[in-house]
Amino acid sequence: MTAVASTAPIATRRLGFDLSKPVLLAFATILFALIAMPLSWLVFYAFTSKNGAFTLDNFHRLVSDAAYLDPLLTTFALATLSALICCVVAAPMGWLVARTDMPLRRTIRLLVTASFVTPPFLGAIAWELLAAPNSGLLNQLYRELTGTGQDFHLLNIYSFTGLVFVISCYTFPYVFVLVANSLDRTPGDLEDASAILGGKAWDTARRITIPLALPAMLAGALVAFLQAMTLFGSPAILAMPAGFHTMTTKIWSLFQFPPKPELAAAASLPLLILTIILLRAEHMVLGRRGYSVVGGKNSEPRIVRLGGWRWVLLAGAMLVLMCPVFLPYFALLNASFSKVASHLVWFNNFTLQNLHFVFYELSATQLALRNTFILGILAATAGTILAVVISYVTARQAVAGHRTLGFLATAPVAIPGIVLGVGLFFTYTRPPFVLYGTLWILLIAFVTLSLPAAYQQMQSALHAVHPELEDASRILGATRLRSLWQITAPLLRTSVIATWCFVFVGVIRELSAAIMLFTSETKVLSVLIYDLNESGDLAAIAVLGLLMLVITFVVVALANSLRGGNARRNVAVG
Amino acid sequence: MKRSKISRRDVLVGSSALVAGAAFSTRVMSATPPATAVTPALIEAAKKEGKVVWYTSVDLKLSEQIGKAFEAKYPGVACKVERTGAERLLQRIGQEYTANVHAVDVVNSSDASHLVYWKDQGMLAPYVPEDVAKFYPAEHKDTDGTFASFRVFLCVIAYNTNLVKKEEAPKSFADLLDPKWKGKIIKAHPGYSGTIMTATYQVSRDLGWEFFEKLAQQNILQVQSAADPPKKLALGERAIQADGVEYLIFQEKEKGQPVEPVYASEGTPIIIGPNGLFKAAPNPNAARLFQSFCFSPECQKLAVEIGGLRSVHPQVPEHQGRTPLGKIKLMKDDAAAVLKNGEQIKARYVKIFRV
Repeated sequence: MTAVASTAPIATRRLGFDLSKPVLLAFATILFALIAMPLSWLVFYAFTSKNGAFTLDNFHRLVSDAAYLDPLLTTFALATLSALICCVVAAPMGWLVARTDMPLRRTIRLLVTASFVTPPFLGAIAWELLAAPNSGLLNQLYRELTGTGQDFHLLNIYSFTGLVFVISCYTFPYVFVLVANSLDRTPGDLEDASAILGGKAWDTARRITIPLALPAMLAGALVAFLQAMTLFGSPAILAMPAGFHTMTTKIWSLFQFPPKPELAAAASLPLLILTIILLRAEHMVLGRRGYSVVGGKNSEPRIVRLGGWRWVLLAGAMLVLMCPVFLPYFALLNASFSKVASHLVWFNNFTLQNLHFVFYELSATQLALRNTFILGILAATAGTILAVVISYVTARQAVAGHRTLGFLATAPVAIPGIVLGVGLFFTYTRPPFVLYGTLWILLIAFVTLSLPAAYQQMQSALHAVHPELEDASRILGATRLRSLWQITAPLLRTSVIATWCFVFVGVIRELSAAIMLFTSETKVLSVLIYDLNESGDLAAIAVLGLLMLVITFVVVALANSLRGGNARRNVAVG
Repeated sequence: MKRSKISRRDVLVGSSALVAGAAFSTRVMSATPPATAVTPALIEAAKKEGKVVWYTSVDLKLSEQIGKAFEAKYPGVACKVERTGAERLLQRIGQEYTANVHAVDVVNSSDASHLVYWKDQGMLAPYVPEDVAKFYPAEHKDTDGTFASFRVFLCVIAYNTNLVKKEEAPKSFADLLDPKWKGKIIKAHPGYSGTIMTATYQVSRDLGWEFFEKLAQQNILQVQSAADPPKKLALGERAIQADGVEYLIFQEKEKGQPVEPVYASEGTPIIIGPNGLFKAAPNPNAARLFQSFCFSPECQKLAVEIGGLRSVHPQVPEHQGRTPLGKIKLMKDDAAAVLKNGEQIKARYVKIFRV
């Protein structure tokens, strides 16, 4: 992909004729191959018996065997509950930061960004450190404070409730961001009108603001539902010790020796279909805006004065943010420097041994870091280039069939990571494309998964650039690709950088596709952390996890500083 | 010292027909390949390759320590450790070889049946290090020279001494079913760990699957690696481990953590972890060098002293303060049976424990 995109413009300049048609055709072919091939294999396997004949038996086994049906129901309950919790917690918070005079609103938004970029599997491991029934720091604290016996525990993270809680911690930003952004750009006119007509603050909120924010909240709830349904890391870390499976862990376990790929494929299809249905629903709820944040400038939103409540509500918001950010980060930091992960660091048990182990003894660290960076950079570059070109084509309606291209670029949003992983595994472990064991297969997975968000982000950025400059360039004789390269691209610089960073951050935390596709030579950081969790090496995880967070925050900060003051919008595209 | 050595070897000869049984069953009618000494030429060739890739299920810290010891002895040859559960290694190597990815040089599995399987598939290269030829008991090496017992250890019950008094600690598998342990037991998974796979076979053979059916009623905390229960025990997360590697219990105990192994009255599962060398090894010379290193008294001593493993190298004495093997009632190892029943064991386990 990279090759096509970067060599083409140079060739154009040299040859001097318009290569845009073939290049765009190539892009469409690439996209189609990226998405259609793995999905076709997935469907093929789902309907094929062990000896290669057509069969519905795989589905029959799925619905008739409790070992498959239970995870399906569990997943559904889990996702529904998480989505509900997200709405109840995040929607009011979104309103607080967008429409009230609560102090520290900017900080709250930044902290939500922090929970947004925290890999959910890392959060799950951190919550093991905090709320494992006996060794969890919070449970120890509780026993200390109340003097209850050693068998008593306040929290049990290895449970269905525990899993719902941890998943909600890292999906609530979706609702928060959508609600806050929607309120940000909802014009204040209607609220002004309500106030002028004598409506009290609360009446205005109830009758105007909340109905206006409702579609965003519903859309957020759907995205949260999808996230909860398709996550692999958190359930693998918390549900399996508790003795139950979700769909994603079940699919993954079907790949353990002896592998049952046909069942894994059949089990993947319901996830895929449900995702597509939900995305259609989201589309209907949000109209044609998707979840992009394009909007004109309108009158400033009306700010609700909270009076004395503002500190109480701030305390509430901070309390909520303890769960995804402060407490887990503290637990990881503590485990990094403690001799025993379940003991608080103090002078007598402070150690640098864990750091030493990770950086000097663990031979996988270097490899995983290198792979992660290579993949992060390549996927971000390839994904951004694809997104720029495709969004350009669709925004300028440059060639016939641009709509198809746009559709293809958004389609992967409907493919859960683990499902794509399974599909890619089928596609690239056999001739003619044997990519298994190389970084290419992971690159394909990451580019495919990150394309929709990158595309949406670039598309909204492109809408803001007027075509007249390009037209001037073309009138002066430049080809379309040359104008794109020399005129439009520089204008989009900050958006391009932001998109690049966004994809990079998304790639380094990706686990659910990577877990299906890695080999020992192509291990990435997220997989390494997951591996370490299975053998209970919590201290090493804490160090690597913090390292991952540091890399993430450096990249996010970079993106923010390049984008100027618009920091709050960085998390806008989920 | 001498006495205990003899008794240990006798015990191993007597109690564990182990790999040998399986090895004989797949015996090719040819003489065992001659022993190979480590020559300067081999070291040179290994240095040219620059690295060796060791897939192993030995606990991460110990496997990295072994790798570092090798690197220290042979500067210029890096040891890349790929550690995961033995059953995962089996899956991973299978997937990699299917896709023609040959990354692994030397493998060590805590499920001895894997070596028999890979040998049957013609994937292992015959190579007999000098130490193996000279010192290793016959039942601890493949007659065709493709693998030998790198490590021997037990899969034990254990408890946290802060949470459980010595008098109240379980003394047998049957004791684990006492209702007072409900919600207090941690257990690893045979779908991940070769140790647990082997132990599950031995326990289900000797005590019947009813034992596991009853154990599943105890609300166990189900982790994956056999290396995890000792760590969680030391953290105080659970009071009892139903299974887990003995060598980490030794490590934790000797570091001052409150853990204590239990050798069950019904017998304790014995685990053999052989090392083998792949024919398609990308670094064949480094692989040979590493294989020779692994069976040297130097490496075996490290594995015993720091690692808490047991060695069948007669020059490596048992560690003071650990119960000698000869004093422990052991279950009988049977790699051939594990090879035959492996899939069923996993399936049955998943049915009983639901994950």
